[in-house]
Formats: sequence, C-alpha cells, structure tokens
Amino acid sequence: MTTILEIDLGPLLPAFPEFAAGIVLFGVIWFVMAKKVVPAFEKTYQERAAAIEGGIEKAEAAQAEAAAALEQYREQLAGARDEASGIREDAKAQGAQIIAEMRAKAQEEADRLIAQAKAQIEAERVQAVQQLRGEIGGLATSLAGKIVGESLDEDERARRTVDRFIADLEANDAERV
Amino acid sequence: MGPLGLIIPMEGGGADDAHHWPPGVHSFDPKPFFPDAGMDWLNTYLLQAVIATVLVIGVWLWFAKDQRVVPGFKQWIGEQLYNLVRNGIGREALGPDYRRFTPYLVALFSFILVNNLFGQFFLSMFPTFSRVGYAYGLALLSWLLYNGVGIAKHGLGGYLKLMTMPKGVPGPLYAIIIPLEILSNFIVRPITLALRLFANLFAGHLVVIVFVVGGSMLLENADFLYKIAGGASLLMAFPIFGLELFIGALQAYIFTVLTAQYVASSLAEDH
Repeated sequence: MTTILEIDLGPLLPAFPEFAAGIVLFGVIWFVMAKKVVPAFEKTYQERAAAIEGGIEKAEAAQAEAAAALEQYREQLAGARDEASGIREDAKAQGAQIIAEMRAKAQEEADRLIAQAKAQIEAERVQAVQQLRGEIGGLATSLAGKIVGESLDEDERARRTVDRFIADLEANDAERV
Repeated sequence: MGPLGLIIPMEGGGADDAHHWPPGVHSFDPKPFFPDAGMDWLNTYLLQAVIATVLVIGVWLWFAKDQRVVPGFKQWIGEQLYNLVRNGIGREALGPDYRRFTPYLVALFSFILVNNLFGQFFLSMFPTFSRVGYAYGLALLSWLLYNGVGIAKHGLGGYLKLMTMPKGVPGPLYAIIIPLEILSNFIVRPITLALRLFANLFAGHLVVIVFVVGGSMLLENADFLYKIAGGASLLMAFPIFGLELFIGALQAYIFTVLTAQYVASSLAEDH
C-alpha cells in the first residue's frame, strides 16, 4: 500500500533548490521594481499629468483674462454710448434753450422797436397837432380878418377866440372817440 | 546527433544519443556544472534563471533611467510594456487599488516572459518554467500575496467568510459550498497556476525536441525517404517555434492576469 508521500509525481515533483531559487530571484526583481522602476515610471506619469493640468490651467487663465477684457470693453462701450446719448440730450436741450432765448430776445427787440415806433408816432402826431393848431389858428384868423375886413392878428381877443374854438373842436373830437 | 545538434546545445548529444531517444521526462533532467561534486542545484537552469533576473532588472532600470515628461523612443517602448501590465492587467482587474500591486505584477510578467522566451533563444533553448520547481515558487508567492492582502483587509474571519461563504446561497447548501470553495480558492488556485505554466512549457519544449531531434535523426538516416521526412520535420519545427513564442508570452500574461484576479477577489467587498 502506498501513502500519498510515496506516489511518484514524475516531472511534477519539484527540486527544492529550484523552488527556492525561483522565489529568491523573483523576490530580487520584485524589490528592484518596487524601489526603483515603478517609482520612476509613476513619477514621470505624475509629472506628465501635472504638466498637462498646468497647461489646461494656463489656458483657462488666459480665457478668463480674455473674458474679463471683453467684459471691460463692453462696459466701456456701454459707458461711451451712455455718454454720447447724454451729450446728445444735452445738446438738444441746449439748442432748445438757445432757440427759446433767441426767440425771447427777438420778441423783446420787436416789442422795443414797436414801442419806439409808437412813441415816435405819438410825438410826431402831437407835434403835428400843435403845428396844425397854430397854422389853423393863423389861417382862420387871417380868413376871418379878410372876411371882416380888418386884421385880427394883433388882437388879443381874437387869438383867445380862436383858441377856444379849437379847444371846443378837440373836446368834440374827444367825445366822439 | 551530428551538426544539427548544435542548434539545441542543452539537449545533451554525442555519445548519449541512444540514451536520450525517445524524448521524455529525462530530456528535462538538470545538467549540473560539476556532476561529481554533489551540487546538482548548480546547473544550467539556475544559471539561466539568474541571467533572466539580471536581464529583467537591467532592462527595466535602463527603461527607468533618464525619464522625461516627453518620452523618447526608448522610454516610449518602456512605457508601452509598463502600461501593458500596469493598466492592461493591474488596473483592469484591481480598479483603484492597482497601484501598490504594480511592482509585483510587472516583476511577475517580465520574469516569466523572459524565462519562457529562453525556450526559443538559441543559446539556451530551454524554458526555465518547464522545471516545475520555479513554477511552484511563483505560485506560492502569488498565493501568499492574495491571501495576505485579503486577511489584511478583512481580518482572518472576514476573509475566510468572504472566500468560502458566497452570498445568496440557501443555508443547507453551505454544507457543500464551503468545502468546495475552500478546495477551489485555497488549493486548486495555486496548483493550477503553477501547473498551467509548467505544463504548457513542458509540453511545448517536448514538441520542439521531437521535431528537431527526431528530424535530424531521420535526416542522418541512410534511407532517402527518411531524409525527406526528416527535412519536413525540421521545417515544421519553425512554425512550432513561432507557436511556442506565442504560448510563452501568453502564459506569462495569463499567470499575471490570474494573480491580479485573485488579489481582486480577495479585496472585493462581496464575493
């Protein structure tokens, strides 16, 4: 009867030195991998990822800057537009004011001219009336003298009569008006 | 064996030809450097395992040297290989936890790959992992790793519960499930891990021996028809080499992927 230890394993029976050698040699490789090779590769990968992320960050920063500049430009543009429309409004208002002032001034001037003209006319009229009154008085006196046959020119009474007559005429005039 | 025997330098040869044909388990016997000194462990397989170790470490240190943010050609190649394991295996299987297992997985993949490619390298012509001891060694380390991280995360009780008592199983069925899960997760996993690697390379190397040694023996035969068959056999050896290269790379990948999967299952919150 054979026990399990007596079974002939043939090529499946390991030689112990080979078993140990396999483990030791592999252990050496494992050690070098863990201490040198894998850290070197992982470090490179991390640096690469960092470089790529850095590039992305830089691009994002540039984009943000551009967006800020655009925003600023837009604000300035809007400000300029506001300013321009304000200036336009001002100009319009100012123009309207100027027109109103000119109109007022012109009106004033016209009023003044009219008043002056009226005053002049009045003065001329008064002067004409007085002149007329004197002439009419003279004419009437000489006419009456011719009619009566004697000169009334020097006569004080006659002059008073004429004045009274004209005053009556004026009074009548005033009543009619 | 004649001149063609030179292309498979580690297959013995010379006066031992009769002893070595047909190829079999004895073709994988170690060839000690000092056969009479009682130091059988100091053999060509150990030498090539050491060379593989030096090679793997050297190449990775070379790749890791002078790394820049913008990689040159050398660094780019290194990063492709590194990412194959780090992202393609580690991150795929382990999710956010993958970083601390990257050294183990990279070491595992490159060590197995280089040793497997030694099966087709003209100076060695022998895949190290067709010696089962090396495969057991790596499987044991992977077993310790996935159980270790599981216990570290869930505690011993929580880990055993996670691994042996899947949720949603009706109570009585646990009588069957628990022994099955113990068998599958703690015993079958490491054994299949080791044997899958070992058996693929063992069988592949055996096929190569049959085609090359058998072909050259036929070619040296006086019979003309045997010479034709021998030539055809040697020609066939080249597609077999190609296939073995593929299998060697595939097995390195599978061993690494499965280790990552086992670690992931140990770290899982739910089975």
